[in-house]
Amino acid sequence: MGTLIEEIFSRKAGRPVQAGEILLLDVDYIMSHDNTTPLAIKAFREIGKPILDKNRIVLHLDHAYPAPNVLAAENHKKIIEFVGEQELAHFFKQGVCHQVMIEEGFITPGAIVIGADSHSNTYGALGAFGAGLGSTEIGVAWVTGKCWFKVPETIRIKLTGKTQYGVYAKDVMLYIAGMMGMDGGTYRSVEFGGEYIERLPMHERIVFPNMSTEIGAKCGLIAADEVTINFLETATPAKGPFEAFGPVNPRYERVVEIDVSTITPQIACHPDVDNVKPLEQVEGLSVQEVYIGTCTNARYEDIEIVANMLKGKKVNPLTRVIVTPASAQIYKKAMNNGLIEILMDAGCTVTGTGCGACIGRHGGILAAGERALTTMNRNFIGRMGSPLSEVYLASPATAAATALTGRITDPRGLLEITNK
Amino acid sequence: MSKAWTFGENLNTDEIIPGRFNITIDPLELAKNVFCEIKPEYAKNVQPGDVIVGGQNFGCGSSREHAPIAIKGSQAKCIIAPSYARIFFRNAINIGLPILECPEAVADITEGDDVDVNLATGEIFNRTNRHQYQARALPDFVLKIAEAGGIVNFLKTHDIQDLLA
Ligand code: SF4
Repeated sequence: MGTLIEEIFSRKAGRPVQAGEILLLDVDYIMSHDNTTPLAIKAFREIGKPILDKNRIVLHLDHAYPAPNVLAAENHKKIIEFVGEQELAHFFKQGVCHQVMIEEGFITPGAIVIGADSHSNTYGALGAFGAGLGSTEIGVAWVTGKCWFKVPETIRIKLTGKTQYGVYAKDVMLYIAGMMGMDGGTYRSVEFGGEYIERLPMHERIVFPNMSTEIGAKCGLIAADEVTINFLETATPAKGPFEAFGPVNPRYERVVEIDVSTITPQIACHPDVDNVKPLEQVEGLSVQEVYIGTCTNARYEDIEIVANMLKGKKVNPLTRVIVTPASAQIYKKAMNNGLIEILMDAGCTVTGTGCGACIGRHGGILAAGERALTTMNRNFIGRMGSPLSEVYLASPATAAATALTGRITDPRGLLEITNK
Repeated sequence: MSKAWTFGENLNTDEIIPGRFNITIDPLELAKNVFCEIKPEYAKNVQPGDVIVGGQNFGCGSSREHAPIAIKGSQAKCIIAPSYARIFFRNAINIGLPILECPEAVADITEGDDVDVNLATGEIFNRTNRHQYQARALPDFVLKIAEAGGIVNFLKTHDIQDLLA
């Protein structure tokens, strides 16, 4: 009974729980990556007790991998030695952690997965509880298998209607970020629902919980339904049976209703993720880099949109266009279907998998005075390099249209031509 | 005397401790540079038991634990703010830095006031203007973690189940 988060926590606790309660719950998986694992190892060593269940630990190298500098290399070395020492089986270095967590079947409806990464909220797309924590708590969870949670209040975002042609989940989510503001969901579980979400395929759904972090949410959730179960059965090795479930007689703190049919392509402008404008207000602004990547928008379908739009064309010669597939699985599929060749022929640089340029460590760092249009989820000052650079956020289609012109460009005209 | 040190809204983790000092996690080392860009006199003059009074969304920004560690290292007794950024809130609790939510106190306390805080009951008494405020009492488990000096220390001598027992 209750909101989706109350349902998930009640199932885990074995009794009905309500917003406001503090619980100590078993976690199904504990995720960390090259940036956050070293401190977790330190906490673990200080506690001085053994790992409770090695099978629940999942480690990734993705944030600065392969190592772009000695500091990153030292981190990787430390982590790899730890994996060897503890004989940990779930160790990945071929993609962005959150994408790999989903692809490898660690995320299932009702699961509780904590991660030392603020975008661990992503797992809510499959009806799981995912939340980001500090490294110390990860070390604690390795030893105890448990974590404390305060059951949050819920804001329901009800999305109705159908998007216009050329408008994607990313545009809708940017619109929501602009409307709610950066702290509009602080401490809250943000539940995304309504007929628009119900009809949405998994790769688009993922964008919403992923970016619930940008409005401060503790978690972003979508009820598990047929789409979820079908995705799990066909696209992941997760073992069923899976149960579809959603909120039951929920009491929401607030319900926000949005008719998505009114939304046009959106851009989050420098320097805040809630500085969101309809594309036409910034159309024509020049960019030096277009970056298609990250846990938000570098799935196969995103790359397919870009490749379809760039097929047989050339990107602007003065613009660096970089594509970083989110995972090896995505990369292989794009390669087998000829998308990588299309992108390369159009003049894009296709990099290895991982977080790439997202945190300004490697793979597309910006110089002072430069502006990038990207498919990422955040645009903090200096996120992609120089503190004097600017990051604009948009959908993959907008990124592709912009790649061709070197200026922020509405994808809708181009999509029509491409699809004729 | 427990002096109040006041700070503004949306104080981010870089303002608490700039990223360039995050090369150590030694609390005393970090404490030397805590608030160095926005209130350099703090690190020099803070006394054990002083109280940090902050604005809304205290500790926003990065999820790094250096920020609460630096404040705890300065031997401040606790933070009082109307609200905290989510990960800062957890990190502070887990490293054993008590944090109270009390908008009334924040609105009324000025820098330098002598402020007495009872962590167990949430009572805050301003000895300077003799006003009393009530924060929500901290849950028992938070006090247990604070008493042990953080969750890591707590686990050296306890089982995790003891937290909510
Ligand atoms: S792709 Fe970017 S936002 Fe996603 S996990 Fe990596 S660094 Fe974080």
